[in-house]
Amino acid sequence: MASNEEILAGLAEIVNEETGLAPESVEMDKSFTDDLDIDSISMMTIVVNAEEKFGVRIPDEEVKNLKTVGDAVNFISGAQA
Amino acid sequence: MSITAMKQAPLRAHTRIHGVGAYRPELIVTNDDVCQWIDSSDEWIRQRTGIVTRHRAPREVSVIDMAEAAARDALAAAGIEASQLGAVLVSTVTHPYATPSAAAQLTDRLGASPAPAYDISAACAGYCYGIAQGDALVHAGTAEYVLVVGVEKLSDFIDNTDRTISFLLGDGAGAVVIGPADSAGIGPTVWGSDGSKHEAIRMDRSLLDVRDYALGAVASDAERDEDEGTEREGLWPTMRQDGPAVFRWAVWEMAKVAQQALDAAGITADELSVFLPHQANIRIIDEMVKQLKLPEHVHVARDIVDAGNTSAASIPLAMHRTLQEQPSLSGTLALQIGFGAGLVFGAQVVVLP
Repeated sequence: MASNEEILAGLAEIVNEETGLAPESVEMDKSFTDDLDIDSISMMTIVVNAEEKFGVRIPDEEVKNLKTVGDAVNFISGAQA
Repeated sequence: MSITAMKQAPLRAHTRIHGVGAYRPELIVTNDDVCQWIDSSDEWIRQRTGIVTRHRAPREVSVIDMAEAAARDALAAAGIEASQLGAVLVSTVTHPYATPSAAAQLTDRLGASPAPAYDISAACAGYCYGIAQGDALVHAGTAEYVLVVGVEKLSDFIDNTDRTISFLLGDGAGAVVIGPADSAGIGPTVWGSDGSKHEAIRMDRSLLDVRDYALGAVASDAERDEDEGTEREGLWPTMRQDGPAVFRWAVWEMAKVAQQALDAAGITADELSVFLPHQANIRIIDEMVKQLKLPEHVHVARDIVDAGNTSAASIPLAMHRTLQEQPSLSGTLALQIGFGAGLVFGAQVVVLP
């Protein structure tokens, strides 16, 4: 089971691979669209890679609720529990 | 009389595509044109979809007109007379009559009557569904030559202010002739459907809605829009999609289907020369290439840049263009995969004509 810090670090790595954004810019309170400028298609690629990395399932209808990096970290953490 | 005396059609061992034809309407719609209707930019559309232009047909050009042009081109390329056709299949979702079919009128125009004729409603998988059927008809001895047309006039079913899919769509037609061959020319089809996701890509109104609106049973658009939380004019059915959900399905689920089609044909990615995916979005194409780990030497069709997404027409149009630009690829192996509204999908490996 990964801690929230580990999930955040893993997510930052995935975001970096998809968008080239510096991992340290991926912080809990950052909005994927407004702060990180990630579009809906890139978001799906990030979601699929996160599913693989953390062994969780993130349904399409849930993706719409993941507004901030913190939302994603909390969802993944809850799904792993 | 003994029942064993009954005859069945003799089977044919092999089939192949004998020729491909295309029709691209002259009117070209640029991203700047599109941006008159939606708040966007040429750069935004290029980055997110890869599309620079799309072709659209004027009002007086029908689905059947476009199908006829592509069909004549395919027959000429194949060196086959219309009278030799044993079946005519038209894949389309934009022929504006539920009945009679576009295929029956096309068959008459081509001089191929009384060949059996029917339309296939499988959206962006329609062409691969047509290849599956044409291949089976020739294999089974039901027909010697089969014309398969993928044709769409999507511009009749778009809402210019829609940001989900309308700006991606274009018009066009592609056609192939399938017939007997001396060696394997069409691999086994891997196909299927998932109707639980029917809302992912859809027309947003039914014909009954149009009727009710015309009869005044629906008070006004404003009332309706309030219910649905959407803003649009009129009640004409137009296309909508849940882009991100479709992207996920198209890349990660369809890459598996493409791999199954390769496996079913007993082919490795190394043996392929061309990849002809449905031209839905350049990012779907690029991500699929990554997932399939296609080697560098495989030519990947990216007709979408100029043609947009033409649904059932996109694969034969991409095949036609590939062969026009690189005639030496004739006779080599191509993997083709279509996927779209239904949801439906189909894939097969073919020898290029």
